[in-house]
Amino acid sequence: MSAFDAAVGRDGPNHVERAQGSPDIQHSAKHAAYALASKRIIAGYGFWIFLLSDIVMFSAFFATYAVLVDATAGGPSGQGLFDLGNVGIETACLLLSSFTCGLAGIGARTRNGFWFYGAMAATFMLGAAFLSIEIREFMGMIALGAGPTRSAFLSAFFTLVGCHGLHVAIGLLWLLTMMAQVFAKGYRADILRRLLCFSLFWHALDIIWVGLFTMVYLMGVTQ
Amino acid sequence: MSHAEQDEDSHYVDTAPGDESLDGYEAAEEIRTYLVGLGLATLLTLVSFFINRTALVWEPSIPVALAVLAIAQMGVHLVFFLHITTGPDNVNNVLALAFGVLIVLLVIVGSLWIMAHMNHNMMPIDQIMQMQS
Amino acid sequence: MLGKLSWAAIPLDQPIPLFTAALVGVVIVGVLAWVTLKGWLPYLWREWITSVDHKRIGIMYILLAMVMLLRGFADAIMMRSQQALAFRSEGYLPPEHYDQIFSAHGTLMIFFVAMPFVIGLMNFVMPLQLGIRDVAFPTLNSVSFWLTATGALLVNISLVVGEFARTGWLPYPPLSEIAYSPGVGVDYYLWSLQISGVGTLLTGVNFVTTVLKIRAPGMNLMRMPMFCWTTLASNLLIVAAFPILTATLAMLLLDRYLGFHFFTNEAGGNVMMFMNLIWAWGHPEVYILILPAFGIFSEVISTFSRKPLFGYRSMVMATMAICALSFTVWLHHFFTMGAGADVNAIFGIASMIIAVPTGVKVFNWLFTMYGGRVVYSQSILWSIAFMITFVIGGMTGVLLAVPPVDFVLHNSLFLVAHFHNVIIGGVLFGAFAGYTYWFPKAFGFRLHEGLGKASFWCWLVGFYVAFMPLYIVGLKGMTRRMQHYDVPDWRPWLLIAAGGTAIILAGIILQIAQLAISIRWRKELRDETGDPWNGRSLEWATPSPPPAFNFAVLPSVEGDEAYWDMKQRARQQAMLGEEPPYADIEMPRNSPTGFICAFFATFMGFALIWHIWWIVVLAAVCAFATFVVFAWRDEVEYVIPADVVARIDRANRTARGETLALSGTPS
Repeated sequence: MSAFDAAVGRDGPNHVERAQGSPDIQHSAKHAAYALASKRIIAGYGFWIFLLSDIVMFSAFFATYAVLVDATAGGPSGQGLFDLGNVGIETACLLLSSFTCGLAGIGARTRNGFWFYGAMAATFMLGAAFLSIEIREFMGMIALGAGPTRSAFLSAFFTLVGCHGLHVAIGLLWLLTMMAQVFAKGYRADILRRLLCFSLFWHALDIIWVGLFTMVYLMGVTQ
Repeated sequence: MSHAEQDEDSHYVDTAPGDESLDGYEAAEEIRTYLVGLGLATLLTLVSFFINRTALVWEPSIPVALAVLAIAQMGVHLVFFLHITTGPDNVNNVLALAFGVLIVLLVIVGSLWIMAHMNHNMMPIDQIMQMQS
Repeated sequence: MLGKLSWAAIPLDQPIPLFTAALVGVVIVGVLAWVTLKGWLPYLWREWITSVDHKRIGIMYILLAMVMLLRGFADAIMMRSQQALAFRSEGYLPPEHYDQIFSAHGTLMIFFVAMPFVIGLMNFVMPLQLGIRDVAFPTLNSVSFWLTATGALLVNISLVVGEFARTGWLPYPPLSEIAYSPGVGVDYYLWSLQISGVGTLLTGVNFVTTVLKIRAPGMNLMRMPMFCWTTLASNLLIVAAFPILTATLAMLLLDRYLGFHFFTNEAGGNVMMFMNLIWAWGHPEVYILILPAFGIFSEVISTFSRKPLFGYRSMVMATMAICALSFTVWLHHFFTMGAGADVNAIFGIASMIIAVPTGVKVFNWLFTMYGGRVVYSQSILWSIAFMITFVIGGMTGVLLAVPPVDFVLHNSLFLVAHFHNVIIGGVLFGAFAGYTYWFPKAFGFRLHEGLGKASFWCWLVGFYVAFMPLYIVGLKGMTRRMQHYDVPDWRPWLLIAAGGTAIILAGIILQIAQLAISIRWRKELRDETGDPWNGRSLEWATPSPPPAFNFAVLPSVEGDEAYWDMKQRARQQAMLGEEPPYADIEMPRNSPTGFICAFFATFMGFALIWHIWWIVVLAAVCAFATFVVFAWRDEVEYVIPADVVARIDRANRTARGETLALSGTPS
């Protein structure tokens, strides 16, 4: 990490000077190295905690879906509605976008504009493709009379999957903002920290999607 | 406090979640990590989709198999994409993750357990409505 | 153009809210005019509204909590007087108004009094105790505060524009569904909680990161003051529990706004799932409130007993045990919904187990006082009263955790008495203990002791007179939320309870008088050294009030009680440590981001409640733009030059040196 740390700067408001000499406020070099983490670690860790809270929110939607999955109120169930071909394509899109998002991170660290912008653009395209397939799926279901107001099962389905879709949409907006920021400001330390948070966000969405396609789609078709 | 020294050691090195840990990184090496992750994740996804359609697997075991595959794939994502490891620099990140997983399990398993019992003991809502009208 | 909003939304036929609103309006306009005439607006904007200083934000949180306490207490007076009058009569509050009052009382007291009070105290104290200069994300902290204020504002707007929910402090469906509550009341409730909930969640993220990642050199986890541990536990619970609230309320919103069927009676909806999820948040929530209070009592009792906290490690273990266990007991809020004997039994046992670590804590506090030279200041009076009151409340709680008993007492006034017993006796007494204890740190002068003690006795006696009768009428079968009743047996107890409310009112008036007189006598009550109570943790190492940067030089922690050790060393050597080398300090720049975000959030919330969609879209776009503008900043920090730091620190060192010389021989 060391070369990189020097580049992003490890200093912060809690870092500036360290006491020396005096008996009650003395310090050893050993102490200074720890407890006050770098800004990059603080930002990354804070965002990590936020992501965990986001996953807890999804767990509430997952639990609701699992409870209401049989409450179809005489309407269609997952077996008749889900198209695994679509889900496969969506999964491929997100998985690849996770990969390209990782590449974008490497591009940013090596200050390689071609890699960075290219990989970010690819991530955006894949995310947008995912989103458009999902929207088309939703529109199709609504056209069939299987909209979220049809039954508790469909309410839970649209909310759970739609909440993930909403996260992807916010991620795309964030992605564009980050590209604009790098373009305007360059690879500054604070922008690299935000890129770290963005990539955490994007990878976490992929993890939630794994839960989604397994529990909603695959298990829904099996039942 | 005598154990203070040990405590300090665990703080010496620390990594932000999502960062490759410790020593200097090589871009090529990191790309390789992502490629391995991509390969493993693709493989697990394909197996999930395959198991779902095949007649080769005993049918009642399919949901369990799907769950296991999903958890494995989440693990792959965490290790290869989010670089969460068991290394000493990652202790805080892993502890936070463990806390999150605990809460997620409590919420999902607890809700399902409670609601299964509730639904079992409860008269279906449409019958209640009929009685009232 | 304006959605559902029209002149009919203003309740012209109800004199009480209109009169109250007019009075509040006059007060607000008066204060604004006074501030403007005095020319203080630029100062307020520069130093407070846009401040990202954790101390300022903490003070604003507590101010918000105190103002909302007055509003919530006014509701309490109305409820108690209504029940005192409404024996075989209608009383003076019609049912639709009475229902709004008890709903608003609960919502305000939990979300906009208790929460901001403890978050404010954590905000102010925790970074000082950890020996650092600010929290992990200072601007986010300001965003959190202003979003909380937005939520409080929306609840209070409902007083004059439209109505508030009539569904209780937790809006149980199907009553809260659009079919049975078609008005905007539930929407006011939902949106104000969603907006302030975002603020609370961000606070949780911020504080967990701060405690785990930023501490002074040498301050390892097992050296942290108890209050920092309880802050950590409480904020871990915020991070884990508040998303569940957000999800649950979002589902109810979808039901109400878009015709979904999560909790409806039709189309397979399941109301029991709402109870399940809301309490999966609701139970951890009570520990979010009480854990910081436990931390405050630990600090106060240790300081005024002149002893280190007894059983520090067991205290840490008990705190973290409560943190984990609090997620395993939520079903005890709906034993009667009928999950069956086995589920009820397991959650009943878990609820009793959680009383064990709490008991450990009570014994630790008792042993801390045992053998100590206890100074009976107002802060420790609140703490001792807490121990007695909370034990009573805890034991009635264990009673309620027995499922068969709960079937008898569920939703009775016994329950109401129980949770007021723990929330007033625990959280509020804790908040007041913390308020009196840290007030001199925040403002540089102490609160008047005599008036504080008078107020304390009014509160304590008033609490017992007001709530012990409720246990009795609860056992006699009176259910909660009754607008009128016909049972002569209940009447005398309800009259006594109303009398108790009057005694508490006297306590509140004395508190206001205490504040006013302390401000007037601030010269006599001044705290010169920054260590008025002979404290033990690092916040007392700073001047009162602390400078923006808290510590001129980050302290190096060598022992379990960081500041006490420094002080002992100084006393033994009869001199302060050598002057440290001062250096420039970089501090985060103030930012209006939080205020502007909340400004748009207020419009967005109001427009969502009244279905004014164009404002919703406009406000959302503006909020995003605010974030982008914030992210575009180039200079995020400013520098305080070394000579300024030196001047401020030397002044404080002089004051401390004089006190040290006066205290003479080493103790």
